[in-house]
Order: sequence, then structure tokens, then C-alpha cells
Amino acid sequence: MIELKNVDKSFDQLKVLKGIDLTVQKGEVLSVIGASGSGKSTMLYCINALEKIQGGNIIVDGVDVHAPSTNVNQLRQKIGMVFQQWNSFPHLSVLDNVALAPRIVLGKTKREAREIAEKHLKHVGLGDKLDTYPTRMSGGQQQRLAIARALAMEPGYMLFDEVTSALDPELVGEVLDTLRLLREDGMTMIVVTHEINFARDVSDRIAFFHQGVIEELAPAKALVNNPQRTRTQQFLSKVL
Amino acid sequence: MDYTFHWRPVIKALPDLFSAALITLEAAVLSMIVGIIIGLILAMMRLYGNRPMYFFATVWVELARNTPALLQLFFFGFGLGAFGWHLSPFMIVLCGLAFNNAGYLAENFRGGFQAIPKPQYNAARCLGMSASQTYTRIIIPQVFKLVYYPMTNQMVWAVLMSSLGMLVGFRELSGATQFLASNTFRLFEFFLVAAVFYYVLVKLILLVAHLISRKLFTY
Repeated sequence: MIELKNVDKSFDQLKVLKGIDLTVQKGEVLSVIGASGSGKSTMLYCINALEKIQGGNIIVDGVDVHAPSTNVNQLRQKIGMVFQQWNSFPHLSVLDNVALAPRIVLGKTKREAREIAEKHLKHVGLGDKLDTYPTRMSGGQQQRLAIARALAMEPGYMLFDEVTSALDPELVGEVLDTLRLLREDGMTMIVVTHEINFARDVSDRIAFFHQGVIEELAPAKALVNNPQRTRTQQFLSKVL
Repeated sequence: MDYTFHWRPVIKALPDLFSAALITLEAAVLSMIVGIIIGLILAMMRLYGNRPMYFFATVWVELARNTPALLQLFFFGFGLGAFGWHLSPFMIVLCGLAFNNAGYLAENFRGGFQAIPKPQYNAARCLGMSASQTYTRIIIPQVFKLVYYPMTNQMVWAVLMSSLGMLVGFRELSGATQFLASNTFRLFEFFLVAAVFYYVLVKLILLVAHLISRKLFTY
């Protein structure tokens, strides 16, 4: 379970998150929508301690993420994250991109790590690319590689930060299909996205962010088809 | 032209010149290894260190890049000697070259580090890698590719700079050439042949560097 309790985050004078309260249950898929700069991505960065918070608590499986005593390296093994820019490691083959962390972080043997990597690469449809280098792949393929790389750590949670925003339109579908696959596997996910239809079809709930607060949080279909708040209605009418 | 070339003394001394060339190579290679290690540390001090570290590294880089290499060598020879600390000619050259290499390479490395996008770091940390794992496995290998050619330049430069060693009594290629030439007074012939040695040595280094890069950077 991921719990955010009254979380405040600011960059110098600029308040980006203002008292966020949110709970994501095991097995749930939560989508987060809202305009650029509304704090959606920043929230993800705070959940796995890539950014510090100025107030409140974030609890993952009972561990206070921002407590000084927390071992963030251990914590991050439980939380996979995929970024807008896929950030594949250019100097490693596709297989090594995925196998490296299980080997050096989880202490798997070379062979075990290879098997894990192959399994997850096959799962996202890259089973025939093992020895290729990421720079020779399309953005969509690299994004699926990034997903496999995160999954290889066998995390309990996955955070997706606008993973289709940097892709050419014809490549968006293959990445969204991979996310649907994870949904079927029962993965707990927080998906920051601009793909409203995808969010409606795939998530359990949707949170609408506006200027650092959760303006509306509701079951996915209800929020898209029947938004209650004026700001949600305005936002959806612009993007749909 | 009233100069008559006499090659016989040079030909007789070829084995000596060859072993002197190997000493030149040894000094250059060792000074590069030390220079790379220190250069990496200096670059990281300038990028991520606290104020004293930043200051220390900056002074090093400034001195290494903006004073003559000869003076740097003299510092480790006559400079330290004046304080009663006498290094062997080999150590003087090694320290001088390593000091110079580290200063130049530090700036190359710094540029390399800055060229690696920050998200690469985040992506690695997100997988649970520690900061040091992230640097050794993800960041530094990429930096090495970026700075590989500047680094081979520095290696060539180290070979040529080592000739200054003759001025602190080191019998590398130039020192040995000077010594042998003064025994026979065939200065011009000897240094001409030494130049050929340097040329071939540098070409060999560049060839090896090229082969290594083909093996290392398959992406």
C-alpha cells in the first residue's frame, strides 16, 4: 500500500504539492491526470525519494520513505519507475540493460539474471532483441525495454511518468498495450498520463490534479464521463 | 652544404635507442594511468565536492594547464630537491607528467560528466543502485566513451612531453639520444633517428587505441 499523508513539496518559493492525501491499495491502478505543472510527475518523484518533501509523510508498505533512517536503495527495489524519456543505458546491450540491476543490486548470479531478463524482455515483446543496443531501437521499443528493466527487479509497485508523451503517435499503442498487460498481471500502478481514454479504460480510479492539489478523485469511468468539479469539466473538455 | 652525414654511430646505438624508447613508453603509460585516476577524482571534486575540495582541484587544474610543463617537471625535481626531498629522475618525470595529465584530463572528464543526462542517474537509482554503483556501472563507462579520443591525444602528448625528462637527467629517448650524441658529436643524425622513433611510437599508440575503441565501444 502507498499512502501519502498531507504531503507538501516546493521548489524554493514555488509550492508544487499542497497537502496531498492519497492511498493506493495493492493491486489497484490509479491514473493521474491534469495540466502540465500541476504536480503529477513531482508526486511520483517524491514517492521513491528522487525528490525530498517539505511536509507530511509518504508510507510504502509501512516504511516512511522520507525518514532519515530509511534505506532508499532497498525501498526503491520495491518501486519500479518508468520515465517520459526512456533512459535506456546506451553502453549496455538490451539484455544487460535489464540484467544489470538484478545482478548487482539483488545479488543474482549472471545466469539467474540472464534468465530473469529474458523472461521480462519476452513479456514486453523484445525477446528477439537481446543482443541489440538500445540506440538502434525505436522509442516505443526503448520504452518497453525500460518497463522490462523495472519489472526485472520484481517490484511491488510501478510508477509511470507520462511514458507515452515523448513517443511518435504510431508508437504510443504498443506501450499502452504493455501497460494493459501489466494490469492483467495484477500489478499495482500509478500512471501519470495525458491519455484520458486509456486512463478511463484501464484504471480503477483517476485523480485529477490542479495546481498542486487533488481537485477530484473518483472511479475512472465516473470521473471521465461525469466529472463533478468545474475545473475537471473544463480540463476534460479541452483534452477530449 | 658542408655537413657530411655519418650514420654508423647511430646504427651502432640503435639497440640503446630502442630500449630508451621503451622507457619513454613506460613513463608515458604509467603517468597516464595515474593521471586518469587523479583526473577522475579532480573532476568529481570540482563537480560534486565541498568548497575545499573544489578549491584544491581548481588550483591543480589551473596550474597544470596554465604553466609550462617544463616548470612542472622542475618543481618535482629542483623544487622538492630544495626542501631536501630528492626524487629519482624517473620519479620526477612520472610525477610531473602525471600532474600535467591529471589537470588536462580532469577538464575532459568534467565535460564528459556534464554531458551525461541527469535522467540516466535517476534511472539507475530507481533500480535500487547505490550512488557508487550508478557511477561505476552507468555514468563513468559512458564518460569514458565521450573522453576516449581526448584521452588518446593526452597519451600522445605524454609521450612527447616526456622528452623534457632529459633536462632533469632522465635517460628516456631524448635523454639517451642526447647522451649518445654527445659521445660521438653526431647530434643531428641522432635526433633525426630519435624523431623517427617518436613518430613510430605515437603511430603505434594511436593504432592500439583505435583497436581498443573498436572492441570497447560496440554501441
